[in-house]
Amino acid sequence: MKILVCVTSVPDTTTKITFTDNNTRFNKTGVQFITGPYDDYALARAVELKEKPGVTVTVLNVGTADSEPVIRKCLAIGADDAIRVDAEPTDAFFVAEQIAAIAKENNYDLILMGRESIDYNGGQVHGIVGELLGMPSISPVMQLDIDGSTAKLTREIEGGKQALEAQLPLILGCQEPIAEWKIPNMRGIMTARTKPLKVIPPAGNDTLTKVVGYELPPPRGSVKMIPAEEAETLIQLLRTEAKVI
Amino acid sequence: MSVLIFAELDEGKLKGSSKEAIYYGSKVAESLGTAATAIVIGQADDAELATAGRFGAAKVLHAADSKLTEANGMAYASVVAAAAEQEGSTVVVVAKSSLGDAMAARLAGKLRAGLAANVVDLPNLSNGFRVKRSIYTGKAFAETELTADKKILAIKKNTITPEEKEATASVEAFSPALNDSDFVLKVTNTEKATGDVLLPEADLVVSAGRGLKGPENWGIVEDLAKALGAATACSKPVSDLDWRPHHEHVGQTGIKISPNLYIAAGISGAIQHLAGVNSSKVIVVINKDPEAPFFKSADYGIVGDVFDILPRLTKAVNAL
Repeated sequence: MKILVCVTSVPDTTTKITFTDNNTRFNKTGVQFITGPYDDYALARAVELKEKPGVTVTVLNVGTADSEPVIRKCLAIGADDAIRVDAEPTDAFFVAEQIAAIAKENNYDLILMGRESIDYNGGQVHGIVGELLGMPSISPVMQLDIDGSTAKLTREIEGGKQALEAQLPLILGCQEPIAEWKIPNMRGIMTARTKPLKVIPPAGNDTLTKVVGYELPPPRGSVKMIPAEEAETLIQLLRTEAKVI
Repeated sequence: MSVLIFAELDEGKLKGSSKEAIYYGSKVAESLGTAATAIVIGQADDAELATAGRFGAAKVLHAADSKLTEANGMAYASVVAAAAEQEGSTVVVVAKSSLGDAMAARLAGKLRAGLAANVVDLPNLSNGFRVKRSIYTGKAFAETELTADKKILAIKKNTITPEEKEATASVEAFSPALNDSDFVLKVTNTEKATGDVLLPEADLVVSAGRGLKGPENWGIVEDLAKALGAATACSKPVSDLDWRPHHEHVGQTGIKISPNLYIAAGISGAIQHLAGVNSSKVIVVINKDPEAPFFKSADYGIVGDVFDILPRLTKAVNAL
């Protein structure tokens, strides 16, 4: 079984977001980049599935050379090889076309990725890739087992969850608790240095959206503290002042 | 040419977030000098569907094939694509939701449409077609130009407050050919909480964290939620510990919500938690630790013991 795991390189979840160049560029100064947390769950499950013989895991990133530390970490966690499409991942359709082009050449049985990237939060790429490949897509997947050519999985729905069965090949957007995040060990880190990482140019340049500027949300006003002994007045304030109840 | 809105049903009724989407779509249609059409898939009676007119839809296309009763993002995308073609629609509006997201992504692939997710304002048409969308999990906004001919806008809850009017929409049956390839997923079991307010749809949310000390203490959270007509939510540690189901977890890796009121009890307010709730209109924090970082992001704060405060708040709500 061939598994492709698509990963994003995104600012650490504790990052204070700022912009430069008159609010037209994300300010990378001092920002730590990590594997997208949802992508990390997808990778962890793929590496667990690799415990069975005959399973290979390829990592794919659409990104600039800045993504390479994240890709190497994925290899250290247990992926066999990696592909980087050398382009800025600015548009979901563009990224999906890159993934679809690589998938068409390689016939993966399973394409996994996070339910969404935590920078643009679109949650669209798995569905668009599915459409481009004529393959079913399911998201957000919380549990995944493979039995021959059948995938048994659980996805979250509003207010609950749903168990599904589907035939491979499939594209899945993943989230917790599909697997525990994995931390690379020393042996993994050493072997990752020599695992193949192929860099290829993008296929086409079809972008359908373009960011023209950024802004930060206005700061919240200062907090109004209510003494514990007068807690009940909160309900009056919510009704008469905030007007939300 | 009309603006097409994908409106969802919950137990035969139009969802609140979809009413917002219909109203939003009708405002977009007004600026484009056209009308708004809603496409509704699944079982509902005509009288309910006609109420889409109150939110600005002139017409409702109703696809009621029994194969479509079960929510199915792939099949629904095919139906919406067929509706867009029949209506000549180049702009499709959906409300952000599990089903809306799945449908919109497949539709974007089918139509080669530019898709903007988490849209928080009406489009600016003065210079191309631009929308403001929430990015970095609510920590920033991106002004985004949709450059493709076809456009899909997935709007975030509380983007717009519908003003209802006295009007009914005309309802037309819509029966496009269905593709077998859209019906290949076999649902073996569905577990869904019934009777509760759905968290992503809720205007009011009461949430609690590890400060509640154990799942057996959730009664005081549920009591306040019930008194307010609110949904319940929880922090990531609480869901990780299995005190509460994952679909209640709000935060960076959970559900992102934007209700009118978010009450957080016994949650310290890590940046990853804030990311999921920072678009709430009003935030109330109750914590016994005066140094809890969440107070800095709150509108109202109470330093106190949640086991004392929550029941007193419930009583105060019930006395209104």
